[in-house]
Amino acid sequence: MKYVHEYRNKELSQKLINKIHHSAKGKYTFMEVCGGHTMAIQKFGIPSLLPPKIKLLSGPGCPVCVTEKSYIDTAIAYARLSNTIIATFGDLMRIPGSTSSLELEKARGSDVTIVLSALEALKIAQNKPDKKIIFLAIGFETTAPGSAVAVVQASKARVKNFFILSAHKLMPPAMKAIVDEGVKIDGYICPGHVSTITGSAIYDDIARKYSLPCVISGFEPLDLLQTILALVHQVNEKHSTVEIQYARAVQPNGNPKAKAIMKQIFCETDSEWRGMGNIPKSKLVLSEKYQQYDAEKMIPVDVEPTISDKGCICGEILKGLKTPLDCKLFGSGCTPENPEGACMVSGEGACQAYYRYQSQTEIT
Amino acid sequence: MNDYIRPGHGSGGKLMHELIHDIFFRHFGHHELKKGSDSALLQSNGHRLAFTTDSFVVNPLFFPGGDIGKLAVCGTVNDLAVCGAIPQYLSAGFILEEGFSIAELEKIVISMAREAKNSGVNIVTGDTKVVHKGMADKLFINTSGIGYIPEYAGSFANNRKIKKGDVLIINGTLGDHAIAVLSEREDLPFQSTIKSDCACLNHLIHSLLEKKLHIKFMRDLTRGGLATCLNEIAQAQAIDIEINETRIPVKASVEGICETLGFDPLYLANEGKVVIIVSAEDASEVIETLKADDLGKESTIIGKVTSENGKKVIAESAIGGKRLLQMRTGEQLPRIC
Repeated sequence: MKYVHEYRNKELSQKLINKIHHSAKGKYTFMEVCGGHTMAIQKFGIPSLLPPKIKLLSGPGCPVCVTEKSYIDTAIAYARLSNTIIATFGDLMRIPGSTSSLELEKARGSDVTIVLSALEALKIAQNKPDKKIIFLAIGFETTAPGSAVAVVQASKARVKNFFILSAHKLMPPAMKAIVDEGVKIDGYICPGHVSTITGSAIYDDIARKYSLPCVISGFEPLDLLQTILALVHQVNEKHSTVEIQYARAVQPNGNPKAKAIMKQIFCETDSEWRGMGNIPKSKLVLSEKYQQYDAEKMIPVDVEPTISDKGCICGEILKGLKTPLDCKLFGSGCTPENPEGACMVSGEGACQAYYRYQSQTEIT
Repeated sequence: MNDYIRPGHGSGGKLMHELIHDIFFRHFGHHELKKGSDSALLQSNGHRLAFTTDSFVVNPLFFPGGDIGKLAVCGTVNDLAVCGAIPQYLSAGFILEEGFSIAELEKIVISMAREAKNSGVNIVTGDTKVVHKGMADKLFINTSGIGYIPEYAGSFANNRKIKKGDVLIINGTLGDHAIAVLSEREDLPFQSTIKSDCACLNHLIHSLLEKKLHIKFMRDLTRGGLATCLNEIAQAQAIDIEINETRIPVKASVEGICETLGFDPLYLANEGKVVIIVSAEDASEVIETLKADDLGKESTIIGKVTSENGKKVIAESAIGGKRLLQMRTGEQLPRIC
């Protein structure tokens, strides 16, 4: 793989770090929305290199972390049905539902299989026509087109035993909700992968109405440092525009084909987010024409009542009001092996990123 | 809610350590077992012996660079060798699933015989069980091994005191085994030519011990990867370790797959790698000796001991930032976005 080390060049990083130190005048709080950014920031030890007056907060951009508990409970109820295979991304396996998890249901005998894509789940459906395959469709604008393609292909091939349980969420409504909640931030490090699909225009509102600088960032250390510097400059100059730092992957217009297929298959609806409550028009569900692929519409199931989290502050962490270190459960009652909240389960969750890669300030 | 065995209990990481301490150590309790070292070091009529056991359940049975039989010999030989022992005798226990091909079994046994010969051990006892279809995944192998500790390795086996400034050396690239096995499993969206590093390290290790270099500690890397191994060492020896990520050898192809799937090479499984802690003054001679062997061509210093009173492992990233390296937790899973 080429162009990995180029974006991790120590000398160039040092130059950017020096510029950031030189430019940082007041105090700055930036939120990285995307879980992939949280992971990279911690993995490369970026907080240990920034001036203390720049604070980075983790936002709601880990799809696993924001998936509501009732969704996991529904998936578990489906897993307990006979003749049913749950096809899921690996991260969802350990997420605690109200009384169980998919991992435990698998240990108890349910058919739960890990897939890397929606199309892989469709392939299973085609190979096992006597079983019902339910694909747990989670993720933001990044993974939604993949689910859409699988539904289109299922429709073309007249597959009758493929269903999706959608928890596809949309990024901008959550970013607005965070500011509406009163979280004090000075700018957004906007998600790179989401933006490859959507383009940059989805953040225009946030920059204009909320006067918040937005910079779409890549995932390598040089990307993130350049993004932080650009945000510092915007704040210093009292600008608030949308910039694309990740220009090698993100077009202002996004990916028109992916956007078109999403529009064809899905429609927007209100949705619960774990710890953040109901956010209007923040979820994609199958439109009426494709309802025969909607698990909830086609396969009735009794779901146990959802029990709310006790002591877990994932909600406040997702909103940027608190950091994982503020949580009483962090590291003792809640660890990646025995997670209490979703943020500790996913590799991109803020709590797991903090747990795995604590920054220099916590090392000494 | 968590009273079930989960895959993570066998992954060589934190869950497995908890299971070993809370269940096995608690009830078996022997002081030699509780040391948690790769082999038990035993006295018998004035002779010093090392004794170890390991089970192998890899899927698929055949992968680039090896098979379950080769692994079963190498894993046990390496556990003896890192304790300073000369491996002598192995047992081989087979659990076979009804319907498994005898031709494939023979292929695996031939591979075991070849590897045993190469490493200078003899397989002298064994056991065979067959279970009904579906009660096992084709074939599981257990091997136990016995070796003796030669006089020249005696002081090493007695555990020299690790000091601040001692350096950590590794004998080659990380993650080859994990990626070779992964790429052989079906349904992965890539092909690779990476071969497992599966190898018996006893000759390499004994070339060091014979020279009476100041080796302080050795451990072969297995499922939990380098990060887990370093954490085990840091905790057991009460030391702080700092490694430099840019110095850690990783093949470009392995790195590429890690970048694609969101894996960290520091947590990937290896089957032919050993971490050696040695005093700084002996480091260059150790590396020279390692490099003289095919299995040590890419030997290099990856870090150092920074405190004689601690238990932390810190990694310096490519851009100079620092982070705490934790033990592996659960299975590494491909990321979704």
